[in-house]
Amino acid sequence: MTSSGMLQIGIYISLLLLLTPLLGSYMAKVFVGARTFLSPLFSPCERAIYRFCLINPAEEMNWKKYAWSLVLLTGLGFLATFFLQINQSLLPLNPQHLPDVPYALAFNTAISFMTNTNWQAYSGESTLSYLVQMLALTVQNFVSAAMGIAALLVLIRGITRNKTHELGNFWVDLTRGILYVLLPLSIIFSLLLLSQGVIQNLSPYITAHTLEGLEQLLPMGPAASQIAIKQLGTNGGGFFGVNSAHPFENPTGISNFLEALAILLIPSALIYMFGLMLNSRRHAWMIYLVTIGIFALCASVMLWSEYLPNPALGVAQMLEGKELRIGITNSAWWAAATTAASNGSVNAMHDSLSPLAGGMAMFQMLLGEIIFGGAGSGLYGMLLFVLLTVFLAGLMVGRTPEYMGKKLGAREIKMVLLAIIAPSATVLIGAGLSIALPAGLNSLANQGPHGLSEILYTWGSAANNNGSAFAGFNANTDSFNIFLGVAMLIGRFAVMFPVLAIAGSLACKQAAPTSETTFQADNLTFAILLVSVILIIGALTFIPALALGPVLEHFLMNTRQLF
Amino acid sequence: MKLIWQAFSLFALFTCLTGFFYPLAVTGLAQVFFNEKSHGSLIKDEDKVIGSALIAQKFSRPQYFWPRPSASDFGANPSGASNQGPTSRKLKADIDKRREELKAKHDLNLSEVPEDLLMASASGLDPHISFAAAQFQLQRVAQARSLKQESMLKLQSLLEQAADDRQWGVFGEPGVNVLRLNRALDETFGKMEK
Repeated sequence: MTSSGMLQIGIYISLLLLLTPLLGSYMAKVFVGARTFLSPLFSPCERAIYRFCLINPAEEMNWKKYAWSLVLLTGLGFLATFFLQINQSLLPLNPQHLPDVPYALAFNTAISFMTNTNWQAYSGESTLSYLVQMLALTVQNFVSAAMGIAALLVLIRGITRNKTHELGNFWVDLTRGILYVLLPLSIIFSLLLLSQGVIQNLSPYITAHTLEGLEQLLPMGPAASQIAIKQLGTNGGGFFGVNSAHPFENPTGISNFLEALAILLIPSALIYMFGLMLNSRRHAWMIYLVTIGIFALCASVMLWSEYLPNPALGVAQMLEGKELRIGITNSAWWAAATTAASNGSVNAMHDSLSPLAGGMAMFQMLLGEIIFGGAGSGLYGMLLFVLLTVFLAGLMVGRTPEYMGKKLGAREIKMVLLAIIAPSATVLIGAGLSIALPAGLNSLANQGPHGLSEILYTWGSAANNNGSAFAGFNANTDSFNIFLGVAMLIGRFAVMFPVLAIAGSLACKQAAPTSETTFQADNLTFAILLVSVILIIGALTFIPALALGPVLEHFLMNTRQLF
Repeated sequence: MKLIWQAFSLFALFTCLTGFFYPLAVTGLAQVFFNEKSHGSLIKDEDKVIGSALIAQKFSRPQYFWPRPSASDFGANPSGASNQGPTSRKLKADIDKRREELKAKHDLNLSEVPEDLLMASASGLDPHISFAAAQFQLQRVAQARSLKQESMLKLQSLLEQAADDRQWGVFGEPGVNVLRLNRALDETFGKMEK
């Protein structure tokens, strides 16, 4: 790696560590309803919204009502996104007269955006009108991210509150998340991106007459506003098909740095917020340590692997699928960040990454999107592993496991296991069927171990709500659009509902005072146990498949084997 | 029933706010503060749009510098990548073919062909080539334009003007913008028909 690459990564990490406490403490204030510096501006809006929607912000919900509200809003999001797509030819702001989106694709895209996956089986510039990009997709970018944060808040309340069913008001959590956090950040980011040359307009596409006398149709559109929130809200769905590799979406070194920083910003700050709200900062720092430790390990392997020569192709550096202004270091770093967080935007084509870099990207997704993970969903996923660790530690010493003074019973642990197993099972079953059936093999762009990687990546990305792809794989078929849509639903709600249920049952309990024999969750022993549990579960589930895909490909590449 | 109204009205409000007013507000700010950039950093010849400074276009004539290969053949609607993996036989064949073609068109025993000219970019629209790739093509361009020895210095300086360094000396990677360079060539040495 070059020294300039190291410098850029150094600045990235420093800035992330600097912004984490700032944004984290701001969000902690916002979500308990305390005054912040933006309150004079937004609290009148907030009150007006509640009045119009007949919401009493002081009225709290139990976990079931909270879950119902969440389902209702998600359902509305699905309907709106679906119907706007299949009728876009009749609607305004469609200067290219793009035809209606086919049903299966519209179904897949609607599920994808409402579950914060943002898997894309289409190219935006040739498929979607400006109206759909704005009114359907941009909205879901905001709402799905705020929903993830809301579910996290419920879990935090479940842990901290005693003998109650009241777990907060979903509408209030959602409104505050969008109004005070996502929207202001998105406006700032949009302006920063505009200063770098990201496009933002409503003009028809422009025909350029090239110097050699050819014609080139340049796509236009309101890109910057959508790119800002897709990076911040761990969404990742590009305005253009090639996502942030597109020069209009990511034109310069600085735009690339900012977009990459935005990927980890909110998931990172949420861990800090968690520590403040739990009044247990040391515990939160231990979780942070585990997160950044696993991330650093994966990112290092990816960077190292990307700088290895490729004897099979006879090249010193794999520049296929990479942009020169972004370069190898920033491509590998982004790939690490976007698969750790469940963002899924790309600035280089992951299908063309070196075998081990692609494999590590997959591994991070397959851990369940808990290394930073999605907005809210990453941390509640991580907390499931924390509960499991506490449970296993309790088994080892023969005591009833307790987390933050709350005794963990059979119900909580069953829910934890359901949430951990559901996405993994979906990946393995889905990938297994795709290999067994001709419909799966027909979609492959690469053969040999890389073909297996393409299938595994596709299912790993969908069922863990990441959304990036080994894009050679043709997922825009009716069957894949539908089955991957179902996988995304499982990845989102088979985790989120158990989390809400756990919150509900924890909130009913009375926290016991800590004693000498209480298992401490704020020291290095705990951190090491947590890392072990995460890696052992991830490894046991997926190492066989990964060994036959990326690992095998790495060794075959070095023996110059081609497929 | 109340829950349904709450969900419906809140969804409608946020659809207006984040799906309509937010992108329009950003569009408005973009028109005022970043008018040229927000429309794609277009390069114009009077009223005729020649291209965008950010987007590669196809060059195959010898008097121009050539950009990196594009899997979408420089089509931008949509653009795309090859998505060929690290052990792809097809990719190997593409790379070997490009190397042979470039060697044939460049009179050289001097150096290896720069690797960025052998492999297609991620977007299919990468506007840059490496300095090595520009130097590699320099002689061919000069010959095609029958440039004299004294013009070579000028050509070298045009190349440097079309170079984009790391921003603030730190961010991104350096490269030479092919379209800006070729346009400067035409402006300085005259456009050649055919």
